[in-house]
Amino acid sequence: MLVDSPPSKQSADAGGGAVRPRGRRSARAAGLVLSLVVLLLVCVASIAVGAKPVPLADVWHGLFHYTGTGNDVLIRDLRVPRTLMGLMVGAALGLSGTVMQALTRNPLAEPGLMGVNAGASAAVVTAISFFGITSLTGYVWFALLGAAVVSVVVYVLGGSRAATPVRLALAGTAATAALFGYVNAVQLLDSVALDRLRFWIVGSLSNADLATIRQVAPFIAAGVLLALLIARPLNAMEMGDDTARALGANLTRTRLLGVVTVTLLCGAATAACGPIVFVGLMVPYLVRALTGPDLRWILPYAAVLSPVLLIGADVLGRILVRPAELQVGIVTAFVGGPVFIHLVRRKRMAQL
Amino acid sequence: MITRTSKALRAPGGLSVRYQPRATGAVLLLIAVTAAVGIVLIGSGDYPISPAEVVATLMGDGTMAQEFVVQDLRLPRVLVAILVGAALALGGAVFQSISRNPLGSPDVIGFGQGSAVGALTVIVLFHGGQSAVAAGAVVGGLVTGVLIYLLAWKRGVHGFRLVLVGIGAAAMLTAVVHYLITKADLVDATRAVLWMTGSLDGRDWTQFWPLLAMCAVLVPLVLAFGRPLRMLEMGDDSAYALGVRVERVRLTLMCAAVLLVSAATAAAGPIVFVSLSAPQLARRLTRAPGPNLAASACMGAALLLAADWTASNAFGDTELPVGVVTGVVGGVYLLALLVTERKAGRI
Repeated sequence: MLVDSPPSKQSADAGGGAVRPRGRRSARAAGLVLSLVVLLLVCVASIAVGAKPVPLADVWHGLFHYTGTGNDVLIRDLRVPRTLMGLMVGAALGLSGTVMQALTRNPLAEPGLMGVNAGASAAVVTAISFFGITSLTGYVWFALLGAAVVSVVVYVLGGSRAATPVRLALAGTAATAALFGYVNAVQLLDSVALDRLRFWIVGSLSNADLATIRQVAPFIAAGVLLALLIARPLNAMEMGDDTARALGANLTRTRLLGVVTVTLLCGAATAACGPIVFVGLMVPYLVRALTGPDLRWILPYAAVLSPVLLIGADVLGRILVRPAELQVGIVTAFVGGPVFIHLVRRKRMAQL
Repeated sequence: MITRTSKALRAPGGLSVRYQPRATGAVLLLIAVTAAVGIVLIGSGDYPISPAEVVATLMGDGTMAQEFVVQDLRLPRVLVAILVGAALALGGAVFQSISRNPLGSPDVIGFGQGSAVGALTVIVLFHGGQSAVAAGAVVGGLVTGVLIYLLAWKRGVHGFRLVLVGIGAAAMLTAVVHYLITKADLVDATRAVLWMTGSLDGRDWTQFWPLLAMCAVLVPLVLAFGRPLRMLEMGDDSAYALGVRVERVRLTLMCAAVLLVSAATAAAGPIVFVSLSAPQLARRLTRAPGPNLAASACMGAALLLAADWTASNAFGDTELPVGVVTGVVGGVYLLALLVTERKAGRI
């Protein structure tokens, strides 16, 4: 575990009935600071580790005293953009997963499994193959549109408010299967598109550059802000629609804002580095174990810890098959798949 | 909706056979449709032959050219399509019945992806030929089947857990597939994507015989287990009380279904949605309860043949692989299915 869970003294207190909100809050705040430190360490590792390892002194030098040596150029042009991209995309995926799980009240909701990534992929394929769009500025809009359409369709097909985890997962898988069928067909008829797409579709951070980052940053920033803003009404909605309404939450507005958030975060992240699965599933699940069910804490924790996971997976992918590298989407699939299966095997989940 | 009128044929010696008129009629109708579409499909192409001539050639009265075109080029393709369609549909019917869910079919829960990983490993890493690719697909499908069964095992295999574990496994396997495609050069990558779309182009007798052998063993086996499977649909406890050895029946049927789907996938690539839609359509046609195994198999064969005819004739000069057609049609059907099932409150 990356962060200590709240000390046992407090759970003893909670067990005794006397909850001390201030003590718990400071423990959570300390945990968040600790998470930030971990994030910083992972970022440094991401800059230092790779096909050409860079000593820590040179990392410092390249970041703050740029003079144009070989390592400096490597850090500025490759490693830093890649790390920044990991930060943004990681936060985006983690937050969108958290918001989705809160909206659907469903621990298996995840942008990758719900078909949102597939929707963005299908739209990007269409943009590349039929409209001849090759720049990210062009197809980020397609990705957003695809993500929006599919997230709404899957949510409705999954049974909207009456959705069970199985129903949603099936609707998402069905949509994914259909959309990837289309993606395959287009690739087959257009080998230029195939050559471009096969590297995009695994989900990779290796093509990150500052221009791409600049283009997707506004979308992700807006999404992050929106996600943090709807934490309170989402909290109320976790208790069920009737209770939420009684507590004064505006259900329709919150749902709408939630879908907009997921679309912005997921569409931008997918456009930037391809479909990456399971990050949005794992992070909220792990974070919830640390913070408890309060979304006002889960969301910031998720925003900090999912980049840790994503960048960590990226670093791992660079170490495992040196000097080549495993794309981050593959590493997260293999880390996240077992977590998903574990979730499914838990007793409560199977007896739906 | 459900007709409970089954009739019985009684032979003088005390033997009797129970049958449902509507289901039997549906099976016969589907066989007729399959034969008709097959004959049309044999007759169409760059060298058109009229249906009457096709029948004559099949009987052995054709010209030399017709003999060659029919016997060596088009007949094996049609026969492979029939077997592939039937095998996929039968596998799908078994899985949908076991998971008690119309969406629990092999192409949704990871066997297609497992076969794809096996085949792509052969294509990309070993540059193997067609038979090696087929072997890879069978092995990949089987290994995936065993893994999913073991992971879903927890004092028996529960339907929903099987589906969800399969979905998780499918996501991981898809990542492997995409990784293998990035590792390949463009020629191998194209070959891989073509294989993954599912195509019947250039299938000949060498694909037909192994597939026929598999089907000859497995189809009767699955059909023989139709009765316990039907009782299994009522829930494990009821089935057990009725004398069904639940876990043994389930394991046998799942092995047979995985083998059928893998064999079909090895012959034609992972053609999507046939195993999903054929059992559902068959059920609606026969209006009979239970897994409708025979009708599903016939429906699968008819569907795949019709899709193949559409793929090779409906788009002018470009011949698409059959998987594109089943993918698009199946996708639309799937959406409709999700909506109606939701309205009926069945999923």
